[in-house]
Amino acid sequence: MQLNGKYASLADLRRGEQATIRSLVLPESDSRRLMELGFLPGGAVRAGRSAPGGDPRVFEVDGSEVALRRETAALIEIER
Amino acid sequence: MRSSADSLVRIEPAQAHQRFTVALVGPPNSGKSTLFNRLTGLRQKVANYPGVTVEHRLGQMQLVRGTQVDLIDLPGVYSLDPRSEDEQVTHDVLTGRREGTPKPDAVLLILDATNLGRHLMLAAPVLSLGLPTLVVLNMADELQNRSGEVDVAAVARRLGTPVVLASAAKDQGMEAIREFLHGEFAVPVAPELPMVDDVPKCRAWAARVSRGAYRAPDPPLWSRRLDGVFLHPFLGPLVFAFVVVAVFQAIFTGAEPLMNGVDSLISASGKWISTHLPASPLRDLLVEGVWAGVGSVLVFLPQILLLFLFIGFLEDSGYLARAAVIADRTMARAGLQGKSFIPLLSAYACAVPAIMAARTIENKRDRIATILIAPFMTCSARFPVYALVIAAFIPERQLLGPFLGTRTAALLGLYVLGFLAAFVTARLLKSSILKSSRAPFVMEMPPYRWPTWQSLAFRLLDRAKVFLRRAGTVILAGSIGLWILAHVPAKDGVAPPIAESLAGAAGRTVEPLIQPLGFNWKIGIGLITSLAAREVLVATLGTIYGIEGDENSAGLQAALQRDLTPGGAVALLVFFAFAMQCISTIAVVRRETGGWKWPAIQFGYMTGLAYVCAWAANRIVSAFI
Repeated sequence: MQLNGKYASLADLRRGEQATIRSLVLPESDSRRLMELGFLPGGAVRAGRSAPGGDPRVFEVDGSEVALRRETAALIEIER
Repeated sequence: MRSSADSLVRIEPAQAHQRFTVALVGPPNSGKSTLFNRLTGLRQKVANYPGVTVEHRLGQMQLVRGTQVDLIDLPGVYSLDPRSEDEQVTHDVLTGRREGTPKPDAVLLILDATNLGRHLMLAAPVLSLGLPTLVVLNMADELQNRSGEVDVAAVARRLGTPVVLASAAKDQGMEAIREFLHGEFAVPVAPELPMVDDVPKCRAWAARVSRGAYRAPDPPLWSRRLDGVFLHPFLGPLVFAFVVVAVFQAIFTGAEPLMNGVDSLISASGKWISTHLPASPLRDLLVEGVWAGVGSVLVFLPQILLLFLFIGFLEDSGYLARAAVIADRTMARAGLQGKSFIPLLSAYACAVPAIMAARTIENKRDRIATILIAPFMTCSARFPVYALVIAAFIPERQLLGPFLGTRTAALLGLYVLGFLAAFVTARLLKSSILKSSRAPFVMEMPPYRWPTWQSLAFRLLDRAKVFLRRAGTVILAGSIGLWILAHVPAKDGVAPPIAESLAGAAGRTVEPLIQPLGFNWKIGIGLITSLAAREVLVATLGTIYGIEGDENSAGLQAALQRDLTPGGAVALLVFFAFAMQCISTIAVVRRETGGWKWPAIQFGYMTGLAYVCAWAANRIVSAFI
C-alpha cells in the first residue's frame, strides 16, 4: 500500500512540527489499532523525539505518546 | 428481592456466605495490576487460561459482613473487539463464554484519569455488556499534580453508572471501591451508547461524556525532560548501553555475596545432615542426591531475583518502552521488532518467563520467532556450567589490566556467542518460514513513573514461587532419579561402581555418539540428566565423581581436568551455549505455541547446531593445543 503523494504523511514531520491527520491508508485491523491509540482522522498530531536516525519516532496524539516506525508513519496522511 | 419482609429475613444469613466474581478491565498502562495488588494483597495467584496463551491473575478479597469477592485481573485491552488473543479472552470472560471462569457479577473498569478522553472509549463496549460496572478513574494523584480536574458526578451521570476517583499507587479511593463491592449491584443505564465497532464514533461519544466535566492535565513535563536524555540522539544509545551493561554487571557480580550466602547455608545444612543422621542409603540420597542436586540450583535464586528486580524497575518506570524504541532498528535487522527486545532481555535470566513475555508481540510470526530464539540467550542456568568449566580450564590472566581477565572474557564471549546464534537464527526464520509482512510497530510511551515497592515485591514473589516450584519438582525428581540410577543394580547389597550402574550404562550407550565432541561416558550421563535443566549437569558431575559438598569445589575441577581435553572443554561450553536442555522451556513453548510442532523444531535445530558446533570446536582446539 502506498500513498499517491498528493498529501504529506506523518513520516514527513520533523520534531516539534504539528499537523492534522487526514486518513489512514493501512489494512483495516492495523488502522483500527492506531485509531484506538489516538490516530483519528481530524485529530491533531505532533512529532516528538525519536530513536537515533529518526526511526521509530514518538508522536504526541490525543493525550498520549505513541512510537511508530517510519514505514507505518508513511501510511498516515496529514494536512499541515 | 427486598420488597417483602419475608425475603429480607432469608437474605441476612445467606449474606454471611455471599460470594461474587468481579472482573478488572482496563487499557494497558491504566494501573490495573497495581489496583489488583492493592485490593487482594497476597491472596492471589497467576493462572493461564486453558488452550490460549493469555495469563490472568486471580485474587480474593474478604469484605466485612462475610462477603467474599473473587477478582479476575484481565489482560489490558483498548477495545473488546476480539482481534488479539488478549481481547478475545477479555471478551469471552465478560460475556461468560470462557470455560472454567464464571461470568462476572460485576466489572471494575479501570481508566487512566490523566488520559480520560481516549480511555473513556473502552467504557462504551464495557457498559453495553449490561453488567453492573464501577468506573475507577485511576492515577488521581497524577491528574491533580498536573492540574487536571474531573467532575466525577457529571461523568457518572452521563455514563449511568457509579464513578470513583482513585490512586492505586497512593492507596487513595480504595474505600469507595470496597463500598461498591459491598452494595447492591445495579445494571448501568447509560442514556446513549455509540456503535462500539466504530472507533471515531466511540471517540466522539467519549468526548461528549467528558465535555465540560474534565480538564485534561498539563503535559507530563518531567517525562518530556527525561525523554530529552533517554531519546537523545547521542545520549539515548549511551544510556541504553549503560543500562544493559549494568543489568549484566548485576548478574555477574552484584548477586555474588547473596549467592555465596545461600551456598554456605546449603553446604552447612548438608553437613549438618551428614553428621547428625546415621549412615544409611537414605542419608546418602539426601546429601549426595537432594542437597547436591537441588542445592546447586537454589544458589541461583538471588541472581534471578536481582535480575527481575531490574527488569521490573525498568518496566514499571516506563524506561523499557523507550529502550524498545532505541533497540527497534537492531531488532529490525534481525527481522524482528522492538517489542522483541523485552522478552529477549529477560531471557538472560530465564527463557521461561521470556517466552511468556513474548505475548506482548501482536504479530504471531514475530512472536513465534522471538520464542524460538529466546533460549539462545545465555540464561542463568548456563552460568554454573560455564563457571565450572571455565574455572577448570582457563587460567586467570589479565587482558586489559584489572578491568578484564581471561575468565570474564571467556564468559562474555559465551554470552556474545548465544546472542549471535539468536540473531542469525532470527534472520533465517524471518526470511524463510516465518516471513511476514511487517505488522506496524506501535508502542505507547507511558509517562515515567516511580515504581511502587509493592508492585516490585509482587513481581519478585511471583518469580521466586515459580523458581522454587521448579527446584522442588523437576530438579528434585531429577536429582533423586539420578542418584538411584547410579546405585543400581546392587551386587550383594553393595552399590556397583558408577560405570556399571544403570546411569553408567546409559552414559556408555551414548558415548560413541559424543566421543567426536571429546566427551566420555561420564559427561554423557551429565548430558542426559541436563536435558531436564542445564544446571543439573553440575550436580550430576558432583554425584558421579563422588564428591560431597560444594560442587564448585576445586575437587570437581581437578576431576574434570582429568576427564576432559581442552578441546572437549571448549566443545562442552559451545554445546551448552546452543543446546536446548530444559524441560521447562520445552513445556512453555508447547503451551505458548499450542502444540508440539514448534518445540520439536526448536529442539531439533538447537541440538543439531550444538552438536555440529561442539564437534567443530573440539576439532579446531585440539588441532592447536
